[in-house]
Amino acid sequence: MYTPHTDADREAMLEAIGVDSIDDLFHCLPDRDLPDLALPEGMTEMEALDELQFIASVNESTQELTSFLGAGAYNHYIPAAVDSLLRRGEFYTAYTPYQPEISQGTLQSIFEYQSLIAALTGMDISNASHYDGATAVAEAVNMALNRYRGRRTKCILSPRLHPQARETVHTYMMGSDLQILGEDLDPEGDPEDLISLIDEETALVIVQYPDFFGQIHDYTALGEAAHEAGAMFGVHINPIALGLLKPPSEFGADIVTGEGQPLGIPLSFGGPYLGIFATKKEYVRKMAGRLAGETVDDRGQRGYVLTLSTREQHIRRERATSNICTNQGLMMLASTIFLSLLGKEGLRELALLNYHKAHYAAEQINTIPGYLASPGKSFFNEFVVHCPRPAAEVNQMLLEYDILGGYDLSESYPGMENGLLMAVTEMNPRYEIDYLIDILAEESDA
Amino acid sequence: MPEPTIFELSKPNRRGIRYPKPDVPEADLPRDFLRDDLPLPEVSEHEVIRHFTNISQYNHGVDIGFYPLGSCTMKYNPKINEDVARLPGFTSIHPLQPPETVQGALGLMYELQEWLAEVSGFEAVSLQPAAGAHGELTGVLIIRAYHRNRGDEKRTKMLIPDSAHGTNPATSAMSGMEVVELPSDERGNVDLEALKTECDDTLAGIMITNPNTLGLFDENIVEVCQLVHDVGGLVYGDGANMNALLGKCKPALTGIDVMHFNLHKTFSTPHGGGGPGSGPVGVVSELAELLPGPVVVRTEEGDEETPPFYDFHYPEHTIGRVKAFHGHFGMFVRALTYLITLGKDGLRDVAENAVLNANYLRALIKDTYHVPYDRLCMHEFVAEGEWEDAPDIQALDISKRMMDFGFHPPTNYFPLIVHEALMIEPTETETKETLDAVAEAMLQIAEEAHEDPEKLKTAPHKTPFGRLDEVKAAKDLILTTSLPEDYGEA
Repeated sequence: MYTPHTDADREAMLEAIGVDSIDDLFHCLPDRDLPDLALPEGMTEMEALDELQFIASVNESTQELTSFLGAGAYNHYIPAAVDSLLRRGEFYTAYTPYQPEISQGTLQSIFEYQSLIAALTGMDISNASHYDGATAVAEAVNMALNRYRGRRTKCILSPRLHPQARETVHTYMMGSDLQILGEDLDPEGDPEDLISLIDEETALVIVQYPDFFGQIHDYTALGEAAHEAGAMFGVHINPIALGLLKPPSEFGADIVTGEGQPLGIPLSFGGPYLGIFATKKEYVRKMAGRLAGETVDDRGQRGYVLTLSTREQHIRRERATSNICTNQGLMMLASTIFLSLLGKEGLRELALLNYHKAHYAAEQINTIPGYLASPGKSFFNEFVVHCPRPAAEVNQMLLEYDILGGYDLSESYPGMENGLLMAVTEMNPRYEIDYLIDILAEESDA
Repeated sequence: MPEPTIFELSKPNRRGIRYPKPDVPEADLPRDFLRDDLPLPEVSEHEVIRHFTNISQYNHGVDIGFYPLGSCTMKYNPKINEDVARLPGFTSIHPLQPPETVQGALGLMYELQEWLAEVSGFEAVSLQPAAGAHGELTGVLIIRAYHRNRGDEKRTKMLIPDSAHGTNPATSAMSGMEVVELPSDERGNVDLEALKTECDDTLAGIMITNPNTLGLFDENIVEVCQLVHDVGGLVYGDGANMNALLGKCKPALTGIDVMHFNLHKTFSTPHGGGGPGSGPVGVVSELAELLPGPVVVRTEEGDEETPPFYDFHYPEHTIGRVKAFHGHFGMFVRALTYLITLGKDGLRDVAENAVLNANYLRALIKDTYHVPYDRLCMHEFVAEGEWEDAPDIQALDISKRMMDFGFHPPTNYFPLIVHEALMIEPTETETKETLDAVAEAMLQIAEEAHEDPEKLKTAPHKTPFGRLDEVKAAKDLILTTSLPEDYGEA
């Protein structure tokens, strides 16, 4: 029972208010005779647990299936310490730290998160996070448009930027006159093809690193071309890859966004995840989202507060650049704990493990007649397999062997019917990869 | 004594976790792409646990004490919800798995859509938006798309009452709308005369929060909606204050066309220190095909032998997705658990006790703290934190002093139409004893404000941290820390 009042409590309270009944408190409602909700009676905790356990058991999870699905959400190991800390009521039953004197736990964790993301991406600053990677990209577009105050009206999105991130940008920009270019270029073309689209009206160019196909590119020339035209350059990252790969700051990124889910956040059927957003210090006042800054209290102790809130919706009202009011609190905390546990060696080790396993899998797939895995490309933990038949059919076949094969690229790229995007992480032991290879080889012979 | 940062705890070669050695041959590394340096801290697992446990002790939370943050509905977060959300059948499913492998999850989303629709009276619900503000954005984009699809491009005016939520103006602007603010009348309702003068053929709609941020149910809500509809506009409802209405009033029946829910307010999913929230959007049937996709539909009814089949569906004229994947699924699990635990009577019980608690606390303090618009409130009320005969004292001082009594302060300085506002939402899960203690503390604070104002000006006294210097933070702009320059040099 979550409501505590006894009948006697209620009587006394109504008397203090000066009304006769609970109904009197609702006198202003237009429809006093609302029929009962057409919903069942409440369950006890035991019954509810039973019900939800049954629903959960209907799902076939990645613990039961062998999964090579990635495409923006990755199956990684989450150290026990992460959830142990997330379950502290001090963290998860608090809200936005409006009152810093009694919110230093949340504020210090935001400050540490900002610091860890800055270290990881090579950027000067990070905000306290957005809803997910896709909305972080949309906020990057928003920020760039605001920076040029409407003087620049084009934005170039790489066709190998996550399709759902691109779709989110379109939705967010429905009310603006932004022109979005680049998406219809050949998805298997050269990333430098984007250069020809950049002009004086371009506000932002965004690429992904590793890209949606898992490939690693040197974006130096692209970043330079964007800057030469006076545009901003955005790079959307997978944070685990940065354990191994040079940070996007080395390509001249002005904005780094990313999907933070791989940093200790469960797959959970797509959310809640974490939107990473980092930039250069000179753009701090253009950036949306919460921000914690270091200061001191009146006793001389170091502490933290939300700062530069004059950028935000509750102060600037309709002149704010974004309506975001919270951050992804607990997910941000998860990633902060995760990165603290792994540290520099752990994150590198994890990235290497992913790299080696994915390359082993790709190499093995290339031994199967008719299959071609990411030929001649550098990639991280994900790669495109060109199958001898439609990816949807291959996936269907693999599912009969309890394997989630990968993402059918034709769902986002109509010309790539036989393209299968496969991810391999530390969660795939060698025997799972070998099992996949056996099945593909067997079925290929048949 | 403040806790060091995780970077200050770092020492070369410490580790918090190890991974297995590769069980595959090692591949060549992409030499041109390797990073030289990864300046992350190095700490052991025990240090990580102790560090975050230590800083957690500096937080106030619902589990610790009274948290009457107005319009935030800081109710108790049931523990069963947390257990259930962590079942591997929910945490370990990938968003892109084929529907036949995730029938449990799809069925759960379908059920939640149905429950929310029944509670609110809306025809269709999309669970995708990630938070309240995100739901607002979705709703306003739906309104924009509705007019645009009818070729009615000139409708870009959005009316926002001055008692609406703070995010509303920014949301409208983000959606390409022009914002016009509407005043409140002397009873705290939308001023009907002012509304009428703005009702013309450029009107896209109105964003209304009901109950509004004064905690008052707009007595003219039906007429407000009617006036807007009469000139072809739509009504957006900010559902942040839905807690007062459960089982008592269905917003759709009052004339609202589109509304977001806050699962983290009304439906008990935790606030998480600032997120993740979840902001599903409900709409009337005319707007159903504009919802962001995908939504879950039941494609096969099922019978005694075969279970029903659920699948994703993209509404025909969808505004498009507003984020990746399907929304904050982990929050859906918690919210549905809460809903089925309460059932229809439990939901009504929530609204009744939330409104009872707010009115009770209001009755206890209103002779000392002036409450403008003095009438019965819904789930929250707004008091003024100032007295003519205590000129130095502001709402902020009262708030800071409340911390010394172990209470989180109310929302400060909102709504803007009340001077030195203290916006108080007790929620239904607080006991009479707690409310009595809060009232007693607030009355004592009022006395101190007159007799010993310094005690308030220098508050809080009993918290681990005193008032923090926000001006310094904004001036210095220290937004990150890092390993020291000489890190690793012995």
